[in-house]
Amino acid sequence: MNSKKTLLAGLISASVALPAAVMAENTLRMAYDADPVSLDIHEQLSGGILQLSHMTFDPLVRWTDDLQFEPRLASEWEQVDDTHMRMTLREDVTFHSGNAFTAEDVVWTVERLKQSPDFKAIFTPITSVTAIDDHTVEFETEKPYPLLLNLATYIFPLDSEFYSGTDSDGDAKDEIVKNGNSFASSNLSGTGPFTVTERQQGVRMEFARNTDYWDQDSPGNVDRIVMTPISESATRVAALLSGDVDFIAPVPPNDLERVREDEDAKLVTMSGTRIILFHMNQDRVDAFKDPRVRQAFTYAINQDAIADRLMKGFATPAAQFSPEGYAGHVEDLERRYDLEKANQLMAEAGFEDGFEISMMAPNNRYVNDARIAQAVATMLARINVDVDLRTLPKAQYWGEFDDRSADMMMIGWHADTEDSANFHEYLTACQDADSGAGQYNAGSYCNPELDALVAEANLEVDLEKRAEMLQQVEQTLYDEAAFVPLHWQDLAWASAQNVNIEPILNVMNFPYLGDLVIDTE
Amino acid sequence: MIAFLVKRLFHALLVMFVISLIAFAIQENLGDPIQQMVGQSVPESEREALREELGLNDPFFVQYLRFAGNAAQLDFGYSYNFNQPTMEVIARHLPATLELVAAATFLIVFLSVPIGVYSAIKPRAWLSRFFMGVSIVGISIPVFLTAIVLIQLFAIGVSWTPFPADTGWGSWLNGVITTDGGMPAYGRGNPVPVFGTWTTNFATLEGLTYLVLPAISLASIMLPLFIRLIRAEMLEVLQSDYVKFARAKGIPLRRIYFLHALKNTMLPVITVGGVQIGTLVAYTILTETVFQWPGMGLMFLDAIERSDIPLIVAYLMIVGLIFVITNTLVDLIYGLVNPTVKLTGRPA
Repeated sequence: MNSKKTLLAGLISASVALPAAVMAENTLRMAYDADPVSLDIHEQLSGGILQLSHMTFDPLVRWTDDLQFEPRLASEWEQVDDTHMRMTLREDVTFHSGNAFTAEDVVWTVERLKQSPDFKAIFTPITSVTAIDDHTVEFETEKPYPLLLNLATYIFPLDSEFYSGTDSDGDAKDEIVKNGNSFASSNLSGTGPFTVTERQQGVRMEFARNTDYWDQDSPGNVDRIVMTPISESATRVAALLSGDVDFIAPVPPNDLERVREDEDAKLVTMSGTRIILFHMNQDRVDAFKDPRVRQAFTYAINQDAIADRLMKGFATPAAQFSPEGYAGHVEDLERRYDLEKANQLMAEAGFEDGFEISMMAPNNRYVNDARIAQAVATMLARINVDVDLRTLPKAQYWGEFDDRSADMMMIGWHADTEDSANFHEYLTACQDADSGAGQYNAGSYCNPELDALVAEANLEVDLEKRAEMLQQVEQTLYDEAAFVPLHWQDLAWASAQNVNIEPILNVMNFPYLGDLVIDTE
Repeated sequence: MIAFLVKRLFHALLVMFVISLIAFAIQENLGDPIQQMVGQSVPESEREALREELGLNDPFFVQYLRFAGNAAQLDFGYSYNFNQPTMEVIARHLPATLELVAAATFLIVFLSVPIGVYSAIKPRAWLSRFFMGVSIVGISIPVFLTAIVLIQLFAIGVSWTPFPADTGWGSWLNGVITTDGGMPAYGRGNPVPVFGTWTTNFATLEGLTYLVLPAISLASIMLPLFIRLIRAEMLEVLQSDYVKFARAKGIPLRRIYFLHALKNTMLPVITVGGVQIGTLVAYTILTETVFQWPGMGLMFLDAIERSDIPLIVAYLMIVGLIFVITNTLVDLIYGLVNPTVKLTGRPA
């Protein structure tokens, strides 16, 4: 503080400085937009829960920032044959409870994942896991499965002994309860760098460094974390700029400049992997059955303008599902904004006078979602398409989405498996209620050949061949204009200058806080 | 008196019954709670199973009767998001809101009375004009803007240097318009536990610093209103015959203003004030959101975003109860201040 210090400020700093001196050496005070809904990491498959998982547990393998695999609890892995993979586990690992980590814990964890409503779908390819010895496990899949390592990033071994038996109410400790309290939702024992020391849901959460952490090579030097949920973006930014917290995420696009210009703060942004797009519903609008009309729509939308002006550069304009680094990403798919061509295609299809459609978008789910929808509606007016736009809060939007209530609906999608096939399976595959395929396909686009190709790719263990297949899928979706791609939403974090967040951040948005280094004077 | 309270108790029950019925009737429009409980890739069959388990597929009246039956036994359901009984969740958030409202009420009472009285006694003084001007501005600025400006000035701090810093007067002027910041920008800090779920910010100096900015911005809505109300009432009272007679009798001005006139000025102020305190509880939604104050308002907004229907219903019922209670208290106090008013409505 400078000499202009007022008496009041002096009093305050004196009263704040006292407890600060007693605090542990390196405390990270961080603010996210929400806190994890539960301590049971199998209760929900969501960003918040995965962030908690990476703080208090360790996965078998984890993603590096260039989307490669890095060994964690599994030190080595080998493909025994087409349907079997063996993993060697680290031997020097103990859980927070003091129990030793063994192969049995991995088997137990995968079996529990297969019971979890949220995880069981992505774990169906694994038919069984067996413990070969104390520190070797073998995964068996029904058919050859190329994404086993992707799945292994979701396996955070739980302390099977800690979660076995019954609690004081006589309920099984490993029960997964969505509505109501369970032992696992309020108790936690993992292998991770931090233990949970205090939790007041919606108010604050405290973590302490796990003193017996196995990863001695980790440079991380944070002893204590105080996490506060701050849902209001402006307040979150203010808390960082005023020095009340050291690390915040996400940073809203409107405040990016403000944070960047502040001397005491630093900003890290990354091109994200969540694609924002519009579906064109062929069941509701006959014109959308004509590929020329769909193409005309994609020619009419100027993704670059949305990314530059509306998103202030906080988005990467897209022409396909897969972001760079994904197997199915096709390098030379260009965004095709061309108004003349769009009008020409509309004329060829017999719609030079356009038609009327309805459109829906959420207004608090994605960054600037409602404004993006308005921009798209305005752009469509230029090919004489009259758009009746309705935007709704996310709580109401998804019900309407499930009912397919509008001709064009917005959705943002992040592939849980970090893999291109996932986009097609959920967003453009032929709809099938039994298998869950096309669950979010609000366009009713259906091309059985593509479904067959993706199914084939999911059995192809040769990753290069597989990538070619997935690229072919992207190319076809592009040629047939199956949907209107807009952009990949960028990610942004900000911290105080002495907190080195760059090395621990990644496009999945799971900061590896265990490895975080805070510079001390 | 007893009959009056019993009557009010029935009022409270009736209000809570009607609110719960309305809240239940609109829950269809509050969104799908299942969507908030599961990840995006969870298949429809799993969602349907969960919906069945929670009884969300039952017809409206079956759901409401089940709720009412449980409520009669003081069981108000489980919050979907917190996985705890809704009343426990509310009890945990209530102290924060009540403390914020108490702090704001304190500011309002201790600022509006002297300012209002002063500007009535000396309506032409430049200070009165200044207060009136500021109160017009205060009424017109929305509370979230006040809050954000307060945060910028006193939490983050601003540094303006429009004047030449190398001259004495310039650097002094720069210093006047520059603020240091340093006030807490969000939350309650480390409130001290009192008993049960009650934690307080009033116990320590550090705790009080967390209250300052939220309380000022919450008070900023009502303060101008009360200043103007007190001023208007006081001006009217000062014109009345008994004040003129008192003056003619030679009673000291101080005694006239602060004993005789002020008492009668306060009658309508108490009525309005009581109702406004209820409104203040509702206004905390905005203030608590900006300052991330972990009270009921923030909890309610979050519940709406997550379609946490049991918590929404319980919150609305509690707020209805608070309104009935504050109105009852106002009536009781009114009876004390003005003995000509009979609570039961029968002539004395």
